[in-house]
Amino acid sequence: MTIDWASFTPLTATAGGALIGAAAALLLLMNGRIAGISGILGTAMQKGSRDRGWRIAFIAGLMLAPWLWSLFAALPSALLEATPAWLVIAGLLVGFGSRLGSGCTSGHGVCGIARLSPRSLMATATFMATGFLMVYLLKHVIGGGA
Amino acid sequence: MIPTAFASGLLFGFGLLLAGMANPAKVQAFLDLAGAWDPSLMLVMGGAIAVAAPAFAWAKRHQRTLLGASLELPQARHLDRRLLLGAALFGAGWGMAGICPGPALVLLAQGKALIFVLAMLAGMGLHAFVNGKR
Repeated sequence: MTIDWASFTPLTATAGGALIGAAAALLLLMNGRIAGISGILGTAMQKGSRDRGWRIAFIAGLMLAPWLWSLFAALPSALLEATPAWLVIAGLLVGFGSRLGSGCTSGHGVCGIARLSPRSLMATATFMATGFLMVYLLKHVIGGGA
Repeated sequence: MIPTAFASGLLFGFGLLLAGMANPAKVQAFLDLAGAWDPSLMLVMGGAIAVAAPAFAWAKRHQRTLLGASLELPQARHLDRRLLLGAALFGAGWGMAGICPGPALVLLAQGKALIFVLAMLAGMGLHAFVNGKR
């Protein structure tokens, strides 16, 4: 394993993580809900789902963040390397998988681990493992592609 | 409680942007253990968990939130096939694109990753459809 020290951003990563944690704490302490994006989004989309209001408000806040950020500073670079065909497959897997598994990086990876849920620990270990495996296959076995 | 949900979403979005989570190439560099590995995202998770954990510890000892709403924490305890299969599929997609649901929406708001978001919403819809038939 070689660590890419030039790309390593410990300060902004930790500070950004702390903001994410603060957002999850805020939603929990005020609204009593888990800040799991796949659950908030998936339930908000379902017809006649309960408590749609706070879910839509959360998503609106999330999506206004880049705009508000851009008023004060340049947005950080966002580089997508996957081809459109890969993006379709990846999106389907992320959407279907996160709903089947009742969570994603935020619900399981942050909130679930923060409350020491055994299900979330297992889910996080599983999606990290398949994430590592998929990137290994794409970058070092198939090559090019994504 | 709409304003607090909005504020939480906004804060979450700033966090993703600052942390580098809204950059798919950086996420994939974290997942690329065999290449030039960028460990930053471990600190994102660590930082987020460290800040959120005290709030969850508080929630375990209370019935109501500071605003008087009911605390709705997941009750399921058992590990089942759906959890593991779902997480495995999710991780595979996350690795392929370097995008998970939160960053997907932050990217969409910047006019990026539209194809991914449409496919993700279709995947969620497909799950709701299959679930409804069961």
